Amino acid sequence: MQPVLEMRGITKTFPGVKALSDVNLTVRPAEIHALVGENGAGKSTLMKVLSGVYPHGTYEGEIHYEGRLSQFRDISDSERVGIVIIHQELALVPFLSIAENIFLGNEPARFGIIDQDRMFTRAVELLKTVGLDEYPDTLVTHLGVGKQQLVEIAKALSKKVKLLILDEPTASLSEKDSDALLRLLVSFREQGIASILISHKLNEIAKVADRITVLRDGTTVETLDCRDGSIDEDRIIRGMVGREMANRYPPRAPRIGDVMLEVRDWTVHHAVHADRPVVRTVNLTVNKGEIVGIAGLMGSGRTELAMSLFGRSYGQGISGQVRIEGRNVDVSSIGKAIAAGIAYVTEDRKQLGLVLDETITKNTTLANLPGVSTAAVIDEDKERRVASDYRTKMRIRSFGVAQQTVNLSGGNQQKVVLSKWLFTHPKVLILDEPTRGIDVGAKYEIYSIINELADGGRGVLMISSEMPELLGMCDRIYVMNEGRFVGEFQRSEASQEAIMRAIMRSKDLNG
Amino acid sequence: MTDLSAGKSMTPGAASIPEAEPAADARAKRGFLGTSQVRDYGLLIALLLITLFFEYTTNGVLFQPLNLTNLILQNSYVVVMALGMLLVIVAGHIDLSIGSIVGFVGALAALLMVRVGLDPLSATIICLAVGAAIGGLQGAFVAYLGIPSFIVTLAGMLVFRGLTLALLQGASIGPFPEVFQLLAKGFLTNFAGPWTSVLIGAVLVLILFGMNWQRRAAQVRHGSQPDSLAAFVARNGITTIVILAFAYQMSAYRGLPNVLIVMFVLVMLYRFITTRTTIGRRIYALGGNIKAARLSGIKTERLTFLTFANMGALAGLAGMIFAARLNTATPKAGVGFELDVIAACFIGGASAAGGIGKVSGVVIGAFIIGVMNNGMSILGIGIDYQQVIKGIVLLAAVCLDVYNKKNRA
Repeated sequence: MQPVLEMRGITKTFPGVKALSDVNLTVRPAEIHALVGENGAGKSTLMKVLSGVYPHGTYEGEIHYEGRLSQFRDISDSERVGIVIIHQELALVPFLSIAENIFLGNEPARFGIIDQDRMFTRAVELLKTVGLDEYPDTLVTHLGVGKQQLVEIAKALSKKVKLLILDEPTASLSEKDSDALLRLLVSFREQGIASILISHKLNEIAKVADRITVLRDGTTVETLDCRDGSIDEDRIIRGMVGREMANRYPPRAPRIGDVMLEVRDWTVHHAVHADRPVVRTVNLTVNKGEIVGIAGLMGSGRTELAMSLFGRSYGQGISGQVRIEGRNVDVSSIGKAIAAGIAYVTEDRKQLGLVLDETITKNTTLANLPGVSTAAVIDEDKERRVASDYRTKMRIRSFGVAQQTVNLSGGNQQKVVLSKWLFTHPKVLILDEPTRGIDVGAKYEIYSIINELADGGRGVLMISSEMPELLGMCDRIYVMNEGRFVGEFQRSEASQEAIMRAIMRSKDLNG
Repeated sequence: MTDLSAGKSMTPGAASIPEAEPAADARAKRGFLGTSQVRDYGLLIALLLITLFFEYTTNGVLFQPLNLTNLILQNSYVVVMALGMLLVIVAGHIDLSIGSIVGFVGALAALLMVRVGLDPLSATIICLAVGAAIGGLQGAFVAYLGIPSFIVTLAGMLVFRGLTLALLQGASIGPFPEVFQLLAKGFLTNFAGPWTSVLIGAVLVLILFGMNWQRRAAQVRHGSQPDSLAAFVARNGITTIVILAFAYQMSAYRGLPNVLIVMFVLVMLYRFITTRTTIGRRIYALGGNIKAARLSGIKTERLTFLTFANMGALAGLAGMIFAARLNTATPKAGVGFELDVIAACFIGGASAAGGIGKVSGVVIGAFIIGVMNNGMSILGIGIDYQQVIKGIVLLAAVCLDVYNKKNRA
């Protein structure tokens, strides 16, 4: 059977760096081909070569598409023959409608005048295909990330896609939305559309991929065939990191002490719709030295809970009590929450966690400038010392502390954010998706840091959409659904099934 | 942080990644100049070239003591306002109203001193306070109500220009008391004879050299990237020559103008605020990423409000300097000033997106504008082509900046 795509001996050099070296990738018709590798392994570069972002002539090697040697000059060249790439950061225009977004740059038009009827009829068909139950004239800004992702796919379908490339499509999706998306890929396979799936979520890959190509340091390590079911996650990881990962979660012997954080009857209303509660009378405790997880689906109110606790940085109509070490504390502003000993490490470190253009030093001290100043004058020596200390302790890999954080890898950026919050000397750390978008090796380091924070007597509250991560890290797990806590499990009794059951049961009760 | 003892308890585990030591490479790559300084030098060289160009084409008129003094006097209010505008731009905003504030505060000063007969000191204090209040009022709309600064200050531009006309009833008011005129027209007493200016210049050179040396020593100590020793000597040598030559020329006329002293003190003050104080740092963080700044406990609204209040006060000061210089308050005072000031900031490397900009840059930017204004006037270039040329220089400077940024990335 002739492959749809064959990339042979692709080598791509940037000034001073060889990003890809003799990479081979073969995609057969109607298969889901997963591309895995740690951050920086060259996955995105390879896809940019394929889609023409890096035009023919800027790389070495050959691309054969549908049996013909192809030399794409730009993206529209590759799209014309049916190669469509959906990037991790969605490329939708928020204030245009779903239909307008689907046909953006490709409008059904005659003499420049858009044929509204045809556009809407086609859009309705496409939305049905991808299983999105929305009106085509709904503005994209009103959709959640999961639905926006589906709009992107509908857009790809409108271009008569033959090879669909998805770069981390499920990174910000809930388990439910991810499953729906993966099912969609499988249905495309049945229709004869091939897809390349880039993902860090190995369980998903193991579930749907027909074959897996592993990249490491810009070279092809191997291509695994997983249709006979012999490939498991550990086997993939071994290929990615080049060695066996004995344990994905660092071992820890918890030493749990007295109550650190106690939240009573916490209720929060939606930031825009004041009459809509998003957190409903939640009670929670976190003890000293304990790592407590909050599991739940996307939109269950976990981030809203965390941010409202952190100085009411989300929501309105907030009521309830917060106690730290047995004393009532005032968390009515972010400054007061920090002073009370709460730190919140955001799920979106680029948008909310870092000033990307600034250096590691300046980001590290941002939340506690008085800690390096006397009478509002910054002691630059002291500041640099503080930043260097954290850089060493956190093992941040950079050219010193004067490097801009925009150039750091995801894992190292996250370590800078953690440094910033540790320098506020918190008693309670709230970690929101602490390993999102971070590769396997760096995850382990972040886990080690989290363990140490807890062992230092702090209380850690950890939100994650990856259930294995919660099960591997937490001493206790709360389950949240539709703004309520609907379950609580000790480490010994927690399992993915138990958590899902708790969520489903609460749905039944409400429904 | 005592519990995070490095290394020991952090079991690297099976997934450890070899510790890279990239710092050594970076040090090996260090060239003649430290990386952060390249842009500053580019600007300085641009100013130097423009200055030499006009010095040559005007047959040496530019550097003549009288003209040099005039250049300072004409430019002072642009520099003063550019300092405030820098903070506004760094915070991610813009202020179009400052030209009108200049006119309004100038008119107010004239009214208070000439019509009411208030003493110059009280009048000055009132005028500064009014400037700050106007800026603060606009800042409140921007910070607390979330109205885009472009719109708020566009409205302010109209409102305060109108109020200036109303205050002056279309006429000019003057002359000012002599003490007040000294603000713009006075010169420092030559307490040490004709060489006073040079003496002050020499002391300044020593202080600057000491500060630079200390900073470089600190950079070496921390292993960050300082200039090479040759570059350091060259830079300080050139600064020394420029300052001493300037002081010498100034001494040949009437010495150092009071305005120059005011300007110098303000420049040093704002340099300190932007680089060394918590409030300065927070303004940069706010402009760089307002959401991250807010989540770091920074009171972003209050900070925005303060940058506008500060801008208003500086515009008020500039208004008084300008009125004192003309010795009369006119309804047209300050028209179009905001354009020179904003241009100075962008030529000086401030980013329209916020978060980026330096005091040294905008001061040089202001002087580039000033030297061009002055040089082109001497050459007899009409106001028509002066504007064309200034526009092109602004666009070119920002294009160059964007180009450089792309190349570095």
